[in-house]
Amino acid sequence: MSEASIRLDQVSKWYAGASAPAVEELSMEMPAGQVTALVGPSGCGKTTILKMINRIIEPTSGRIEVGGRDIQGLDPHALRRGIGYVIQQVGLFPHRTVDENIATVPKLLGWDRRRTERRIEELIEMVGLEPEMGNRYPGELSGGQQQRVGVARALAADPPVLLMDEPFAAVDPIVRVRLQDELRSLQAQLQKTIVFVTHDIDEAIKLGDQVAILDVGGVLRQYGRPEEVLREPANAFVEEFLGKERGLRRLSLIAVRDVSLEDGPTVSADAGPAEAREVMAREGVDWVAIVRNGELRGWVWESELESGRKVGDLSVRPFLVRVSADSTLREALDAIVTSHNQVAVVYDGDRYAGMLTLSRISENLVP
Amino acid sequence: MIPESTFLASDPLIRWSWIWDHLEEIRTQTIEHFILTGIAVGVGFAIAMGLSIIALRFRRTYGPVTWVTGVLYTIPSLALFAFLVPYTGLSTLTAEIGLVSYTLLILVRNIVAGIDGVSPAVREAAVGMGYGRARLFLEIELPLALPVIVAGLRIATVTVIGLVTVTSIIGQGGLGLFILDGLRRDFYTPLIVGSVLSVALAVVIDAALAGVEWLLSPWSRMRMAR
Ligand SMILES: Nc1ncnc2c1ncn2[C@@H]1O[C@H](COP(=O)(O)OP(=O)(O)OP(=O)(O)O)[C@@H](O)[C@H]1O
Ligand SMILES: [Mg+2]
Repeated sequence: MSEASIRLDQVSKWYAGASAPAVEELSMEMPAGQVTALVGPSGCGKTTILKMINRIIEPTSGRIEVGGRDIQGLDPHALRRGIGYVIQQVGLFPHRTVDENIATVPKLLGWDRRRTERRIEELIEMVGLEPEMGNRYPGELSGGQQQRVGVARALAADPPVLLMDEPFAAVDPIVRVRLQDELRSLQAQLQKTIVFVTHDIDEAIKLGDQVAILDVGGVLRQYGRPEEVLREPANAFVEEFLGKERGLRRLSLIAVRDVSLEDGPTVSADAGPAEAREVMAREGVDWVAIVRNGELRGWVWESELESGRKVGDLSVRPFLVRVSADSTLREALDAIVTSHNQVAVVYDGDRYAGMLTLSRISENLVP
Repeated sequence: MIPESTFLASDPLIRWSWIWDHLEEIRTQTIEHFILTGIAVGVGFAIAMGLSIIALRFRRTYGPVTWVTGVLYTIPSLALFAFLVPYTGLSTLTAEIGLVSYTLLILVRNIVAGIDGVSPAVREAAVGMGYGRARLFLEIELPLALPVIVAGLRIATVTVIGLVTVTSIIGQGGLGLFILDGLRRDFYTPLIVGSVLSVALAVVIDAALAGVEWLLSPWSRMRMAR
């Protein structure tokens, strides 16, 4: 099952006594090695779909294949030991230490001690925990740390498939962003087949290689790459679900390094006021940035220029908005507007890479 | 047997010489008391565990199970022994049947409550990782229910220690013998020895069980507010 795609074929689920199906004749394929985000309003059947994949819930009809094999023909316990499962409430075992929690599936699979211990060490490091946390009980960890352990536990036996049901919904927004970033870099190394359930469209766009937008009754309204979905919502439901901020959301798919940055109104520190004024006139601004040896020193207003004095000798103002070339346009935009500014200075590592202006960002707002 | 002694108005409340002369007897009966209690709680726990597993597996049986064990619990102990004697005689069996029946309600309630108290998320995670029913019960649910189960065991044990003193009436040993003897002869020393020692036994065993729980569930002491 190393190349495990997941296929749902006409899958339906009627809960006993329900007047409508929770999922109706759903067919879709979740490609191997990619993240498929299931997103939709509460009660649309996301959790039901996920739990049918590890057979916590049995479908009423239809067929589900994992890695090309019909899961109906597999022993459910064995199937589940080969599928990582992460839930919102984490569900760590309170009576077992972090190490023991992570060792859960290896223990069920009967791994020997040394192999298990090596794996625990590896995972603790992989999810960004401190090794000495291994001896703690879950009750002694923060919510974010608990969810890291939850992820480590799910990855313990190196399953090809990972099912995640709103894993980051219960942690605060700052920790959530960090966990999302960590999952993204983890996935870049591991390339698991991940089904990620969320009701947060931004999270789906950020993490999903594909986004599946579901309506009540498990109806698949659109399924595609996030940029496709944002560019061309297939129907009114999707359009409404994406919300009024669809344009802004597109910005979170574009990295700062992928847009052409401007040099901006920069002059060398040796320049005099005349040269500085020339640059300002050309750029149509009333300020100028000062560069010395490829380093951005700061900036001054036009009114602060002094005749007969090199701009490098003036006292400069620092740039307030610095963004990394790796951040998204949406993050850059946020940084610019929250600091009442017009431009962000972009750094690629320590190197000054250029300036990102509001107008350059807005060019990317329209499809 | 306990030698005759006569009551004198000038008797002190406790006659130390009597205690001194009966040390061996006191020791034997204290152990006897402990054994009668241990058997009752042990057998009671085994039966309660069986009943609880049935009640947890088939929820509908929980009502009838608590009803029956509840009725057993409310029958006055003397009445229950009196009722059993025609069938099982003045025997240890009679005593134990009575004692066991008093533990069931408390134990079943606490076992079921303890296991119901296990967080659904923990259970879901366990099932999702491939735990079977038996392993889930033994490795996850029981250890997590331990504090509540031990709380039940402590109440049951203390209750039984009290009741064992009554079984002397149907010819059983234990510290009740001293109490009975003291009452019969209006002689305080054995009465006080029997009472004080049964209370002491209850306190010691209760503390020991608390200690066992403390040792077995280090995780529950370290829980942060969450
Ligand atoms: N065990 C159950 N028995 C009966 N109905 C259920 C059960 N579980 C879910 N449902 C119903 O099935 C539908 C889909 O539920 P599901 O939990 O899959 O939704 P969801 O998309 O995960 O919602 P949320 O975002 O709130 O978690 C809902 O209408 C729900 O009430
Ligand atoms: Mg859900």
